[in-house]
Amino acid sequence: MEAREIAEAIKERFQLEVKDIQEFRGQVSVIIKKERIHEIMKYLYDTAEFCFDYLQDLCGVDYLDKKEKRFEIVYHLYSFRHRHMIRIKAEVPEDDMFINSVVCIWAGANWHEREAYDMYGIVFKGHPDLRRILMPEDWEGFPLRKDYPLRGPEGWEWKGIKEIEELHTHDDERGIKTGFKGSRD
Amino acid sequence: MGVRKSKELRVTSYELGNKDKNTEYSRLRRPAVAGTQNTDTASLIEVEEGIKIIPGANTIITTLDKVVNWGRKSALWPMTFGLACCAIEMMTTGSSYYDLDRFGIIFRASPRQSDAIIVAGTVTKKMAPVVRRVYDQMPEPRYVIAMGSCASSGGIFDTYSVVQGCDSFLPVDVYIPGCPPRPEALIEGLLKLQKKISQEKLRWSRWR
Repeated sequence: MEAREIAEAIKERFQLEVKDIQEFRGQVSVIIKKERIHEIMKYLYDTAEFCFDYLQDLCGVDYLDKKEKRFEIVYHLYSFRHRHMIRIKAEVPEDDMFINSVVCIWAGANWHEREAYDMYGIVFKGHPDLRRILMPEDWEGFPLRKDYPLRGPEGWEWKGIKEIEELHTHDDERGIKTGFKGSRD
Repeated sequence: MGVRKSKELRVTSYELGNKDKNTEYSRLRRPAVAGTQNTDTASLIEVEEGIKIIPGANTIITTLDKVVNWGRKSALWPMTFGLACCAIEMMTTGSSYYDLDRFGIIFRASPRQSDAIIVAGTVTKKMAPVVRRVYDQMPEPRYVIAMGSCASSGGIFDTYSVVQGCDSFLPVDVYIPGCPPRPEALIEGLLKLQKKISQEKLRWSRWR
């Protein structure tokens, strides 16, 4: 099926959920509300004429000061049987940072959702193991948000770095740093 | 305490002295350079600064510093530990084309049995404690080479997740610039480290 037809079919089936259909250079995006995301995805996965059996990508976006709803989760779906694809965008407002997980449909979404959580702080409900994936587990803040300072928050440093820097300051006393400082007597 | 004048130590090989040492020695002493006084020291030939040989007697007289440093720099085994794209250049340097084996440099896949660590690539903050742990596991004497601009200074990654130079948590001996450095540059760095090792003093003693 053509992507446009799929988008129209989704709109017909979930009239209240689909907010908009956008097309850019032949790529069709369906913008939806996040509440029934699992249901919509299950529908796309199960229906024989769509058969989206492959989740190409799942990622988060931060539209700080650009859009009304600050965050988006973008799904790229592909069907190996029909060789067609579509892009689904679910809006996530800043005051309600939750969305349902799709891990039970595509197991491959597991690490993608962990990454989106790690970088943006969007919580995926029903995820089996929602931990940070890239940053250390005791990291504070979500680095890919647009309001996160590039060099990290002022005056804050991760505990692990402080520990090894502290180790290094004592290297001299243990004779590690230069190796030779002459005899001690 | 100033620099102690290093004592000369005499290293004698086993081949010498099975019979009469004195006669053997005086026989060897004779063909010393003509015109010099025929004293005990005159028969020693200085082949290099601080290294003397007794000709024909399989004997070298030098300082322990020189012997130990020579041993260390001639078998410098770096830890196999790559972090980013610099590791590709490091692997290339170890390949047959550049042939690190000719310097006695053989990559060793265990920190317990290696002498140097080449920090090859971007050190992220999450990885830094691991690098430090590997360094701490190495036996002394141990050396650190910061390979590439990322390991030296953070390079282009002036961000929240990257350590701005691995010298903030490791005692670095040699910095190699480049992004990534070519194998020739890495070899240059390793030769610099060998030179540095050969200039160490009293590193073998208990008093470091």
